[in-house]
Amino acid sequence: MTETTPLIQASDLVLSFRPDQPILCDIGFSIRDGEFVTLLGPSGCGKSTLLRLIAGLIEPTSGSLTLAGKPPKLARQTDQRVGIVFQDPVLLPWRSVERNIQLPCEIAGHRQSVSTEALMKLVGLDPADARKRPSELSGGMRMRVSLARALVTQPGLFLLDEPFAALDDVLRQQLNEELLRIRQQQGCTTVFVTHNVSEAVFLSQRILILSSGPATIAAEIEVPFGYPRDAAIKGSARFAKCVQDASERLRGAATCVG
Amino acid sequence: MRWLTWLWREIWPPTVFLALLVGAWSVSITLFDIKALILPRPGAVFGWAFQNRTDLLQSTSITAQAAILGLLCSLVVGTLVAMVFASSGIIRRGAYPYAIFLQTVPIIAIAPLIVIWFGHGMGSVVIVSFILSVFPIITNATTGLMSAEENLEELFQLHNATWLQTLLKLRLPSAVPFILAGLKIGAGAAVIGAIVGEFFVGYSAEQFGLGYLIRFKADSNRTDELFAAVLASTSLGVVIFALASGLSRFVQNRWFAETAAPQ
Repeated sequence: MTETTPLIQASDLVLSFRPDQPILCDIGFSIRDGEFVTLLGPSGCGKSTLLRLIAGLIEPTSGSLTLAGKPPKLARQTDQRVGIVFQDPVLLPWRSVERNIQLPCEIAGHRQSVSTEALMKLVGLDPADARKRPSELSGGMRMRVSLARALVTQPGLFLLDEPFAALDDVLRQQLNEELLRIRQQQGCTTVFVTHNVSEAVFLSQRILILSSGPATIAAEIEVPFGYPRDAAIKGSARFAKCVQDASERLRGAATCVG
Repeated sequence: MRWLTWLWREIWPPTVFLALLVGAWSVSITLFDIKALILPRPGAVFGWAFQNRTDLLQSTSITAQAAILGLLCSLVVGTLVAMVFASSGIIRRGAYPYAIFLQTVPIIAIAPLIVIWFGHGMGSVVIVSFILSVFPIITNATTGLMSAEENLEELFQLHNATWLQTLLKLRLPSAVPFILAGLKIGAGAAVIGAIVGEFFVGYSAEQFGLGYLIRFKADSNRTDELFAAVLASTSLGVVIFALASGLSRFVQNRWFAETAAPQ
């Protein structure tokens, strides 16, 4: 891998809402521009909180975290565009599909450089559904709208907070494959949060394993697959090995509560 | 045709109930030999109401105007107050107890005061109606404005939304169902407020609302006519509540498209 300046750089990161109970403790990592990194950890360990720190939605108690060399909030307000997808699609029920997708550009006052129709096609939605309300869509389709909304500003950083955790396995795998295809086209740096090991291995180039309470980075795994990937790699021995390796480290991280 | 079936299903039980009630009322007068001053016959009440239907309708429409105006003021002012409450914790904690005063103040005690301040006119009636109906709208709208999905608040923050953008594009629309629920609760109170207001205001001798009519008939011991006025007031309350309910259902269906068929 060629040396490039990291897009995200964190060192000695600590977050605590009460002095004696840190939620995140001594976290340090860096994420290169264009990289796909997964934060993997047990439920409730603080993965989503770390994602919110990266997004600049909350401020760390101490330590440093930079996005393109600036504090994330400042970076976001100047030149960095960030897109986010939550576990719940959280669409505005009173807006049509297209107006939900256009919302981030509308708020930020950006000119929309990709057409809503192209975005809908990109995430696998039928452009004929543009005028529908979210209540008329299935759960999977709502998640696709949520993906399109996160991509409308052409973000340099794409954050996903357990986006497919509430969907069934078939749909989840399908959306995972589509996420990889979308990312190949967009080329944006992606940080994905999940507690599902196989999903983490399938999607990312690098996995950061978080231990539980207070969260620290317990291990780091390089995934030995290039892109593009498809479902076929899930049957390979290397994939099984990698999943087993990650699972063991995750188990280790979950038990060694400091 | 479907609405006819609906109408039939919704209308006949209360109609039968009303018939039974009026029957029991009529029979008990004969049975216990009750004087007309205490309890007039249904025939006398409905007969008077029918003969004086133009006057009764005029009074009802005057009261209706005051109640609807009062309710609309509550809707606007209540929502604006709620916006202030929802955006500042200090103001909310400081002023909320005094907003409760509006709900707990004995309205018949301050209605004369309002007449002293604002004169013998419709304005005072609207103010009394407003005081009684604004509180449920304030509380509901405040809850609604603060109930927007947390992830959506984060999404707005992530795209550097201004306070006003978050209010207009997220909080206010999220609060619409809550505000409408408050409007429904306030509707009945607005009618009671208008009648209590008229009780003290009176208006001119030719033009008066149901409140003044009730007071006048009670003072002159015309029990049958008093009954007719009370029936008109109650019906007005039901009609205004139904209007608020209908509006609420219409907006919710339009706004959230909840009736649209999911696949």
